[in-house]
Amino acid sequence: MSEGHDGEHVHPESGEELSVYARRAQAIEALMVEKGVCSTSEVDQMMNMVESRSPSDGAKVVAHAWSDPEFKARLLADPRSALTEIGYSLPDTTPHLAVVENTEQVHHMVVCTLCSCYPRALLGRPPDWYKSFAYRSRAVVDPRGVMREFGLELADSVEVQVLDSTADLRYLVLPRRPAGTENLSEAELAKLVSRDCMIGVTDPHVPEGVAAS
Amino acid sequence: MAQSNKYQTGDQVKVRVDSPSHHYRTPTYIQGKTGVVVAICGRYRNPESLGHGGDGMPEQLLYRVSFAQNSVWDRYRGPSGDKILVDIYEHWLDPVGV
Repeated sequence: MSEGHDGEHVHPESGEELSVYARRAQAIEALMVEKGVCSTSEVDQMMNMVESRSPSDGAKVVAHAWSDPEFKARLLADPRSALTEIGYSLPDTTPHLAVVENTEQVHHMVVCTLCSCYPRALLGRPPDWYKSFAYRSRAVVDPRGVMREFGLELADSVEVQVLDSTADLRYLVLPRRPAGTENLSEAELAKLVSRDCMIGVTDPHVPEGVAAS
Repeated sequence: MAQSNKYQTGDQVKVRVDSPSHHYRTPTYIQGKTGVVVAICGRYRNPESLGHGGDGMPEQLLYRVSFAQNSVWDRYRGPSGDKILVDIYEHWLDPVGV
């Protein structure tokens, strides 16, 4: 399976002193290409896709789900095809996405205790704190304490479900639509949806003056 | 060939305790704990083979298993309804009460 590789995958850092991790990554990439596991263009495509995605993409998806209940139902049932409808095609090589909905009764929060699994194909790269040992250990042991630090105090009547993405699924939290936002447009709604509330460590925040009383 | 699922939604399962030398995806904190299958997530190539140059075959069935937080941590501080959900491959699960 020759992809016409030239053995010299040029990175922007070339010519500078590379860290041991960067050198290791380059060595692994070169071996993967040599063994025909992937081509350099596939690696570049994947890097470009991750770099081009950001939490604002997830926010648009959430705002659309809030505005269109039928889309929301499709998003929860089959995220990949629902996302394709609105122009987000996730490559087949990316792990399956699962969308979990926060309700009055249940609040979801996502962690990867084993490494840093995250819905990168939609949200881009995870924040550094998501990859920290502190978050990865405390999220499972004391999720309510972690949420408190993000400014969210949940009532005891709400069931907290922590999702540990240990395997082949990546989780996106669909937060609850805040009260008083009935008159907002989809674009205005998307501005309320932060990266952190799609991880589930907090809820959407409505700035003063935005919500109708 | 599609094999039948060993477990169905609602079944009680116990996570095996093991520390194989290969790339397994079952966190230590959940090993030995008993939970309930809440979703069947499909079949995936086995990371324990994929992580070491293998082809990951045969595919393994992946389950989402829900555990009561206060059965996982002795000193869990939240309400008794709180849960932790972990994705676990079939070969890491044993039946309970059968």
